[in-house]
Amino acid sequence: MTYLNESILTVILLAPLAGAALIAILPDRGKLPAWIGLLTTLVTLGLTLHLPAHFVLSQHGFQFETSRLWIENPAIYYHVGVDGLSLWLVVLAGLLAPIGIVASWNAIHQRRKIFYALFLVQQTAMLGVFLSLDLMLYYGFWELSLVPMAILIAMYGRKDGSKAALKFFLFTFIPSAPLLVAILWLYANTGTFNFADLQILIASGGLPAGPLCWVAIAFLFAFAVKVPVFPLHGWLADTFSEAPVALAMVVAGKLGLYSMLRFHVGLFPVQARALAPWLVALAVIGLLYGACLALVQRDFWRLLAFAALSHLSLITLGIYGLTFTGWDGAIYQILNHGVVDGSLFLLLGILEARYGTSQIACYGGLAAKVPQTATLFVITSLAMIGLPMLNGFVGEFLILSSTFTGVNRGWAVAATVGVILGAAYMLWLVQRLFYGPQSPLAADKPASDLRLGELLILWPLVALMLGMGVAPSIWLPTIENRTGPPTLKGSITLPQPSLSLAASGEGQQ
Amino acid sequence: MNDSLHLWLIPLFPFAGFLLNGVLGSRLPKWLVTTIALLTPLWSFAIVLSAARGLLGFGATLPSLPFVETCPVGWIDAGALHIGFSFVLDQLSLVMLLVVTGVGLLIHIYSVGYMAHEDGYWRFFSYMNLFMFFMTVLVLAGNALVMFIGWEGVGLASYLLIGFYFQKNSAADAGKKAFIVNRIGDFGFLIGIFLLLANFGTLTFSEIAAKLAAAPAWQGGVLTVIALCLLVGATGKSAQLPLYVWLPDAMEGPTPVSALIHAATMVTAGVYMIARTHAIFDRSPFALGIVAIVGAATALFAATIGLVQNDIKRVLAYSTISQLGYMFLACGVAAYSAAIFHLMTHAFFKALLFLAAGSVIHALGGEQDLRKMGGLRKKIPVTFWTMTAAVFAIAGFFPFAGFFSKDAILYAAFLQGPGGKIFWFAGVVTALLTSFYMFRLWYLTFLGESRSHDVHPHESPWSMLAPLSILALLSIGGGWIGMGRFGTFLAPVVGTSASESGSTQLEILLSIVAVAVALLGWLIADRLYRQRPESAGNLAAAMPAGYKLLINKYFVDEIYGYTVVKPLLAISQYVLEWVVDVAILGGATWLLAGTAQFAGAILQRWQSGNLRSYAAWLTLGAAVVLLFFLLPATLGMHVSGMGR
Repeated sequence: MTYLNESILTVILLAPLAGAALIAILPDRGKLPAWIGLLTTLVTLGLTLHLPAHFVLSQHGFQFETSRLWIENPAIYYHVGVDGLSLWLVVLAGLLAPIGIVASWNAIHQRRKIFYALFLVQQTAMLGVFLSLDLMLYYGFWELSLVPMAILIAMYGRKDGSKAALKFFLFTFIPSAPLLVAILWLYANTGTFNFADLQILIASGGLPAGPLCWVAIAFLFAFAVKVPVFPLHGWLADTFSEAPVALAMVVAGKLGLYSMLRFHVGLFPVQARALAPWLVALAVIGLLYGACLALVQRDFWRLLAFAALSHLSLITLGIYGLTFTGWDGAIYQILNHGVVDGSLFLLLGILEARYGTSQIACYGGLAAKVPQTATLFVITSLAMIGLPMLNGFVGEFLILSSTFTGVNRGWAVAATVGVILGAAYMLWLVQRLFYGPQSPLAADKPASDLRLGELLILWPLVALMLGMGVAPSIWLPTIENRTGPPTLKGSITLPQPSLSLAASGEGQQ
Repeated sequence: MNDSLHLWLIPLFPFAGFLLNGVLGSRLPKWLVTTIALLTPLWSFAIVLSAARGLLGFGATLPSLPFVETCPVGWIDAGALHIGFSFVLDQLSLVMLLVVTGVGLLIHIYSVGYMAHEDGYWRFFSYMNLFMFFMTVLVLAGNALVMFIGWEGVGLASYLLIGFYFQKNSAADAGKKAFIVNRIGDFGFLIGIFLLLANFGTLTFSEIAAKLAAAPAWQGGVLTVIALCLLVGATGKSAQLPLYVWLPDAMEGPTPVSALIHAATMVTAGVYMIARTHAIFDRSPFALGIVAIVGAATALFAATIGLVQNDIKRVLAYSTISQLGYMFLACGVAAYSAAIFHLMTHAFFKALLFLAAGSVIHALGGEQDLRKMGGLRKKIPVTFWTMTAAVFAIAGFFPFAGFFSKDAILYAAFLQGPGGKIFWFAGVVTALLTSFYMFRLWYLTFLGESRSHDVHPHESPWSMLAPLSILALLSIGGGWIGMGRFGTFLAPVVGTSASESGSTQLEILLSIVAVAVALLGWLIADRLYRQRPESAGNLAAAMPAGYKLLINKYFVDEIYGYTVVKPLLAISQYVLEWVVDVAILGGATWLLAGTAQFAGAILQRWQSGNLRSYAAWLTLGAAVVLLFFLLPATLGMHVSGMGR
């Protein structure tokens, strides 16, 4: 088992690549690439489950760590490892991949070989981003995750793929250039790409403060675009409405948010603290802005994009509140967002595949025709709008309550308004798709409810939403065992009941 | 000590019923669906009864209250935050549980007959069981966040049941409206929870009360803010001004739903929540004053709308809002036990009113318009007599149940200084209006001649009439427990109100006034709708402006539409999307793209539409980047030189 513990991360990284190679070698016949893809991703998922099973809760720091010198000069190491921050994100990446394959099963009709091979490369890149502890290795995976995405958006775009791909390219590749420069600057000044060493060196204050500030901003900028943080979300709606479902469900959020936690706040706690008030403000604005725009969308992919902007902004708020509980909530909410959005993407993808449109107005009254789809959609929507006992509520409550008690009451109250708007746009969407009299489109098509494969993936997701809502204690202890930045170690203390309430500014007799 | 009592079983049974019928219901035979749906709340009711028996001294063992049950595994444990699943049984939650499971069970039984011929019979009962689950969680909750589970959960059940006929747009609209308006209230509740967390470090009700007791000088200030936030939550759930607008629309749901959720139980959750957190409200006279004003204003306001409604269920809906206003008024004058007393009697007679109305609607094949009813007294006698008991109870006639509880509230209000006299007066006027519109409904439905000739009314089956009869008995006799005994029973939880300062003579005098007013309301209704049926129309014609205002419900829905909903959508569409997103942010993007194109002609080839070259360029670009960082360290030094 020790041997497996040492090499498990490498195996996880190589498994999708091996699948991609197999697809590349074998002929593009029928659904063969899809089957290989499904098997590969299921195996990868199984491998990622090894991590929580053998994660030692009592041991602080990185686990399953492997470090080998890769290139001597510059000193780039193949250095991977997992802590409470990345543990469940790796599992989430593993979980979303088979969902993506199922979502593509009937949606991708041509050039399956390229699609599934690139999809698996993208999978390795994502896992690599979560696992890398060497900045250069991390950058390689980060860049690698963008390439298949851009190609696939261009190749399989629904209407105007090239335009969306160009937009995606502009938004994500351009900020990577300053990121690379910043990483190289760090190396030039410290002689290492090692995350843990850099963390200590930066904290010790040996680096010039002025350039370091710009380096931190370069990191933040690349991540903020990828999340996206308002107002850098310009690529999101186009990508959501053009990209194949399998890619759209992984493109936003996770990578950028994880990188913020690990490599922005994690490496540059002082610089992050200085910018935090601005990011809190942008997060709350983005949260409300996304929700308002989601209210008026006519296309359900665009609606989902602005809803995602709103939810990702909430997570950003949790991160830059810089509280321990807020981080718990943020990480938990990344997982929730993956599960809930994965399920929504799958369901909407199924609707689009069967009815041929993403225009909401064409739908109506589907609940009588496809009751299973409607039921699952409603449960997922409820998880999304934070109904207690489903997963969304836990993350939302942790983030909002920690913002309120530990950061700023005004922004917390403003962010809580999102609770109302979220219910409004999601329930309105549910009504327009599933309730009311049947639309001509719905009435004309024969009823075709969910297939077995779709049910097999959706019911476990719903069970996960319920499980994560009722028993977050399964996940939170591992999440809390993370290597936070020095300033965030330990837990914040909630104010004791006292008769002096200076913080609130409210009168007290 | 009381090993046999397991509180968690009370919500568990309905939840099991929900799961069984929800997952398998469509494939199960109808009798099995019915059995599951009825047995699960019956079990819960049996557990509650056994606990009550012990408490009231009938049983061998007397559990000491409060009886607390905490799940060994916490719910949300993060950082310094520790929130567990804890249930509390005390006098207050016991009374609520008896009402919820008892009345709930009766309504379940009634629904078997009422819903017999509906599609989605299993779906209906699975939602009803789900409601019972969340409602019992709400009542049993030992901390504010567990209460919030139930609070949002009953809202979900309400949403699903209002929209039960989801193919009707009006039903889907009403369900959505109920959920969203409730969410506005929940927003307040959540802020209140955050404030509790910030100021007490805990959400457990008993710990909050203990901390308050340890700081006797702590008054007002942040406690006022907390109380007002909780009040916002309560006005949403309990349909008080200004968030009452969802309840009349909620009548789109099947009538048993209106009886259970939108009359007897869920809508009283706000009253229950205020009573549960009364330790906070007690420290803020200002917040209590607001509660009383909201209650009195809502009572009067809703009653005036109820005067002219023509849909039998809408009359009852406005009367529910109005009666909930009485309960809020009681809370506002710190007479919590009177509020809960009225909550209980109201559950009896209002559930009965709705169920009887359902029986009428059933008899008339779906007709809900009072103008098309009339003369039903002889045709459906059981419905007539049971509804009559409920009408007398809600109008406040001695010795029906409503008399005692309404009297207790008006008396407590009267004793609250000069402001209390105004509240009392508002309450008495409301009582007059209530009596009038209830007798109007009674005359239009049952007396006179039938105004619709093509229907042949038939009495409902016994599964519907039996619950009506039991509720009729409770509406007649339920008040005889007496405010004194009821208040003493609840005193360990909510304390005693200030009404001891009054005198028996004063109380009797006030009761006589209340009954006289009720009698007056009946006489007016009798004159307008029995003696001279044409005079009601003349009266409306004589006051066209007032009538128009009332029949359109003060245009509140329209006002909200034009001041909140439409501006929000317009700003989102025109300002945020078109100006900010498309023009400003989109423009900036394409400016950037233009610069990039200008910088390199390469990008021209991108738009050639040739996917192969497109993919190649992307790969090449990435490869260049990869090569770039694999170059020797000299490059790194060079870049660092620039950095400095």
